[in-house]
Amino acid sequence: MTDRMLSATADHPDANAVIRERAGILPPAPAQGRLPPRTHSGPVDWIHRNLFPDWRQGLLTIVVLYLLYLSMPGLYNWAIGNATWVGDRADCVANGGACWAFVNARWGQFMYGFYPVAERWRVDLTFALLIVSVAPMLFPAIPGKRWFLAFSLLVYPVIAFFLLYGGVLGLPVVETARWGGFMLTLVVAISGMVGSLPLGILLALGRRSKMTVIRLFCTTFIELFRAVPLITVLFMASVMLPLFMPQGFTLDKLLRALIGVALFNGALMAEVIRGGLQAIPRGQYEAATAAGMGYWRMMIFVILPQALRIVIPGIVNTYVAIIKDTTLVLIIGLFDLLGIVQAGIADSNWLSASVTKTGYVFAGMGFWVLCFGLSRYSMYLERRLNTGHNT
Amino acid sequence: MQQNHKPISTADRADMSTDDVIRFEDVNKWFGTFHVLQNISLSVKSGEKIVICGPSGSGKSTVIRCVNQLETHQMGRILVNGREVHEDMKGLEQVRAEIGMVFQSFNLYPHLSVVENLTLAQIWVHKRPRKEAEERAHHFLKRVHIEEQARKFPGQLSGGQQQRVAIARALCANPQIMLFDEPTSALDPEMIKEVLDVMVELAEDGMTMVCVTHEMAFARKVANRVIFMDQGQIVEEASPEEFFNAPKTDRARLFLSQVLQH
Repeated sequence: MTDRMLSATADHPDANAVIRERAGILPPAPAQGRLPPRTHSGPVDWIHRNLFPDWRQGLLTIVVLYLLYLSMPGLYNWAIGNATWVGDRADCVANGGACWAFVNARWGQFMYGFYPVAERWRVDLTFALLIVSVAPMLFPAIPGKRWFLAFSLLVYPVIAFFLLYGGVLGLPVVETARWGGFMLTLVVAISGMVGSLPLGILLALGRRSKMTVIRLFCTTFIELFRAVPLITVLFMASVMLPLFMPQGFTLDKLLRALIGVALFNGALMAEVIRGGLQAIPRGQYEAATAAGMGYWRMMIFVILPQALRIVIPGIVNTYVAIIKDTTLVLIIGLFDLLGIVQAGIADSNWLSASVTKTGYVFAGMGFWVLCFGLSRYSMYLERRLNTGHNT
Repeated sequence: MQQNHKPISTADRADMSTDDVIRFEDVNKWFGTFHVLQNISLSVKSGEKIVICGPSGSGKSTVIRCVNQLETHQMGRILVNGREVHEDMKGLEQVRAEIGMVFQSFNLYPHLSVVENLTLAQIWVHKRPRKEAEERAHHFLKRVHIEEQARKFPGQLSGGQQQRVAIARALCANPQIMLFDEPTSALDPEMIKEVLDVMVELAEDGMTMVCVTHEMAFARKVANRVIFMDQGQIVEEASPEEFFNAPKTDRARLFLSQVLQH
């Protein structure tokens, strides 16, 4: 090592010209040479390259096409061909396909649960407001992210709560027991996401802390919540927690569930984030420390931005799990999207095999759209945050 | 951990020579049971350029990492500008902020652009307004001949460019002392010179510098003193002429013959 370095400088006593050039703009643009080999294009060529490059893959293509031929017509007939778009149970049973008429008739309930029809505009407004305050942060071109973030995290939750719950400005109170459907799914999922990330960050930092008490507390918390099923946590929050509360002090059932979901997923998130923290080289900590940054400044400006970027796939994975786990609130008597669909299926006016299938497919599609959207956004985010240091 | 945490009394201050910016007094350090620094005493005056060399594992990096307490010593005293530094002193961050450090592996913040790398500590440690910090960043980028790369990210630069950015980043803090921990050891041969040139310019401007390096040509050209370490001890301390032409100890002679034979 030593010898190589020395000889290197000795061998280049004055490579100044070259070095000065390098100090300037990065390697000069390549001189006019040959053009790259022509790439083929066009649909015929695409089919040739991707579907029939050789006989084995060609055979696979044919097998797959045959399987599609077997399955697609049935699916098409069920979902569209023989589907019932308007009508009642009798029509659905007669047609034999999907019973979209059922979804159509119950649409309001699937979206809002038992939220009073006259007040549903409040739910719409709440989520419209959410989109307006969050959307600008999702795209790099829009300025003033700091203010949108502050608004979304500090002001919005308060507005959302009073809009949905009411009790101020003449808005009638809508008890949380009446919330349900897709709206409840979103309320539980979003507060779970918003709560679990900062909690997870604090727990992960705490678990790596040099302070023994903090480390022990965080480790115990994480290991406790990570090792029990969410359903247990929800059940505890719903049934056991009130027993420990002082008399006369009640906490709303939904709120207890939200806290349970946030604590549980905070513990999962902590382990995801800890993985990211461990991947940051020691040199980053040293550079920040040597620059005179204290612990929090180092974490906030140097370590966490890098660690969180690394674990975006893990965070999104946890978020997707949160969305799907909202269905478990059924166990404590709250009706999320799946719960309300299940309740609708059991309605004697609609009860039939066709309606049952349609209901579950509809609920599945609702969750799929949410989770798939999230997953695509995370891929976009990863690409955007890539500053080329690991390529 | 540390036995020698005497608060600095006026008496202590009085017996120190006033122009020592760094002073080690009988510093000892162990990694586990490995005695990595043994009775290290040295002093650096303002404006001096010190080169520390020695075989790998001799403790030379540990010495300069003790100056800003990236490593903590267990016995003895280290004084920076007359203040004793130790692990849990008050104002350690302030002391660190006044010492620039350049690392072997650059340690630029990869998620920030070059100019953001230079302004981060200025804004959040030195509390300078963003605009002033950016002006300062551009000034020092110009000084290390790399201003046109300001908007790029570290991952898009060559090793030599990254190291020059790291030097500029350290300079932005307006340090009184610059520590260099093998700044060219991770570089490709053709990039070593561009970094050394910047360091020579810095030395010519009168910066106090402590450099751990294997670049003997640099030591010859710039150093006021060369410190040779082996097995955790300072074996020789001499002017470059003396050290390179007439090393006093066998260990130094052996080291020099190995380093210079190519």
